[in-house]
Amino acid sequence: MSYVIIGNGVASVGAIEGIRKVDTTTPILVVSEEDTPTYGRPLISYFLAGKIGLDRVSLRPDEFYEKNNVEVKLDTRVAAVDTAAKTITTEAGEVIEYKELLLATGGVPFMPPIKGIDGSGVFNFTTLNHAHMLLDLSKRIHRVVVVGGGLIGLKAAEALRYNGLSTAIVELGSRVLSAAFDDVAGNLVAQQLEDKGITICCGTTVEEILRTEQGEVIGVRLANGQKLACEAVVVAIGVVPSLDLAKDAGIAVNRGIKVDDNMSTSVEGVYAAGDVAEAPDMIAKEGRVTPIWPNAFSQGYHAGLNMASEEASPHPGGLPMNAISFYGLPTASLGHVNPSEDENCEVFTFTDEENGVYRKLVFRDEKLIGYVLVGEVDFAGLYTGFIRFGLDITPDVKEELIAGKPSALLWPEEEFDTKWTPAAE
Amino acid sequence: MRRVYPNKDVCIGCHICEVACLTAHSASNDVVIAAKEEVATGLQPCKAVYDKGQLSVALSCRHCDNPSCVSACISGALYKDQETGRTCYNEEQCVGCWSCLMACPYGAVRRNVTKGKIIKCDLCEGREMPACVQACPNNALVYESR
Repeated sequence: MSYVIIGNGVASVGAIEGIRKVDTTTPILVVSEEDTPTYGRPLISYFLAGKIGLDRVSLRPDEFYEKNNVEVKLDTRVAAVDTAAKTITTEAGEVIEYKELLLATGGVPFMPPIKGIDGSGVFNFTTLNHAHMLLDLSKRIHRVVVVGGGLIGLKAAEALRYNGLSTAIVELGSRVLSAAFDDVAGNLVAQQLEDKGITICCGTTVEEILRTEQGEVIGVRLANGQKLACEAVVVAIGVVPSLDLAKDAGIAVNRGIKVDDNMSTSVEGVYAAGDVAEAPDMIAKEGRVTPIWPNAFSQGYHAGLNMASEEASPHPGGLPMNAISFYGLPTASLGHVNPSEDENCEVFTFTDEENGVYRKLVFRDEKLIGYVLVGEVDFAGLYTGFIRFGLDITPDVKEELIAGKPSALLWPEEEFDTKWTPAAE
Repeated sequence: MRRVYPNKDVCIGCHICEVACLTAHSASNDVVIAAKEEVATGLQPCKAVYDKGQLSVALSCRHCDNPSCVSACISGALYKDQETGRTCYNEEQCVGCWSCLMACPYGAVRRNVTKGKIIKCDLCEGREMPACVQACPNNALVYESR
C-alpha cells in the first residue's frame, strides 16, 4: 500500500522529501489534476514576462519522481475520499487504497459575483496553463484590466506590461499589497509600477465587465463610475482553499482543513498541508490559512515526516512571509506587519524616499514580531532570525536593529552558541 | 556530515577567510586578480565577518538538516543533496527572488546584485577542506562532524 498525496504543488514536493527522509521504500502515489510535473508556481510570472523559458519552470529535476519511487497520475481528479475504508476514488472510477493520505489540494481563485464575469475574456493567474493562455492572449490584444492589487495581481500586471499591454490594476483597498505591506511600502511599489506605465485605481471595484452583443469583453465599469477599456480581465483577488473533498469525507474544516502541529486532520491517517490547511500560526498561536510558498513546503515536509514516522515532528508554526521584486525593486515582508493600536506593539520606521528605501520593524514584549523592507533587503534573514527564534531583545540590541544593523552577534550568547556552534547536530 | 563551525572567542576579525573564499570561487584562482578584477565584475565571498566591539565571527551557510532556504526557494535552485547532506545551489535555476535570503534565519544567504542571483557557501565543492578553514590563522573556523 502506498502513501497517497492529492495535489502536486510545493506542499506535495515537501511531503515526498519528508517521507523519504524517514521511509525510503514504501511507494508514494501523487494524484494531480494538473497535466504537468511539479513546477515553481510563482515562476509563472517570470515565464509570462519572458524572463525564463519553460525549461526553467520545473521545481525538481526530471528524475525526481523516479528516484524517489513516486508514481504520478497527472490530469486525474479525485472524486471522493473514504476515510473508513482508507481509499480514494478518482473521477474515472478507480479505487486506490492508501496507507496514509495527504490532502495538498491547494486553493482555487476566488471569483466574485461581478456582472458579466461569466464568459470568454476573463482569466485567472495561478497555474502554468493560465500563464500559457495569457501569453497567447497578449499577442492578440492591447489592453487588460487586473482585478486585485495583491501579490498575484501585481505580478500578473507586471508580466502583462512586459508583453506590451496597456495595463490597469483595480484594487478595492486604499493601497496595493494591503495584506503584506503598509501604506508607505505599498505606495513605493505602486510608484514603481506607475513609473513603468501601469495604471493603478485604488479604493474602487469593478462593478461590471462590459461586453459586446457577441459577448466580447470591451471594458469594465468601476464603482466610481469610471470606465476602463480593455479586451481581457484578469481576476486575482485571492484563492480559497479547495475543501470539497475533505468536507464530503467528514474531515473537520473551518476556513481551511483544520490540522494540528503535526499537520494531522481530525481523521487519523489523513493529513493536510499548504494553501488548503488551517494550521497553528507561529505568532498568533491560533489556526490560520497562510497561503504562501515557504509554509506550504515546510508544512508538506512535516506532514511527510509524520506520515512516515511514529515519532512526532511538529511544525514550528506558520509565519507569513513574502519576498518579491517589482521591476527590480526588491521587497520583503515577514511576520506581523500591520498591528492595530490595541496590540501594544512598538513600530519603528525608516524612510529614504530618494533612494526608494523603507524599513519597518514591529516589536512586542521585547521581541521582534514583524518587518517590512523595501529597496534594501540584504539583512532580511538576520531580522528573520530574531522572529523565528523568538530572541529576547535588550534596549541596545533594539537600537542596532532599528538602525538597520542586525547581526548574529546581537543574539543572546546562549542562543548563538546552541544554534551556530552546537555540540551535536 | 562535516560542517564549518565558527569560534567567536578566538576569531581576530582579519577577514582572511573572506579573501580565501573569494579566491577559491574565482575564475583566475589568483588572490590579486580575484580581489582586484573579479570583484568588480560581481565576484563575492560566500561568508561574512561580523563585529561587535572586540568580538568578531565569520559566518556562512550552516547546511541545516531541514533548511528554510530550500522551503522558500520557488525555482528549485536550492535543494538538499540526500547523499552528502549538503544544501546545494544551482545558480542556473535561480531567478533572484530573494525568498531564501528572507527565509534563512541565520542570514547566511547573500545577494549578488551584479548577477541578480544569490550566493551561499558550497563548502568549497571539490576541495578536501573549505578554503576559509584552511586560511584561518587562529583556528577560528573548524571543519568537522558534530
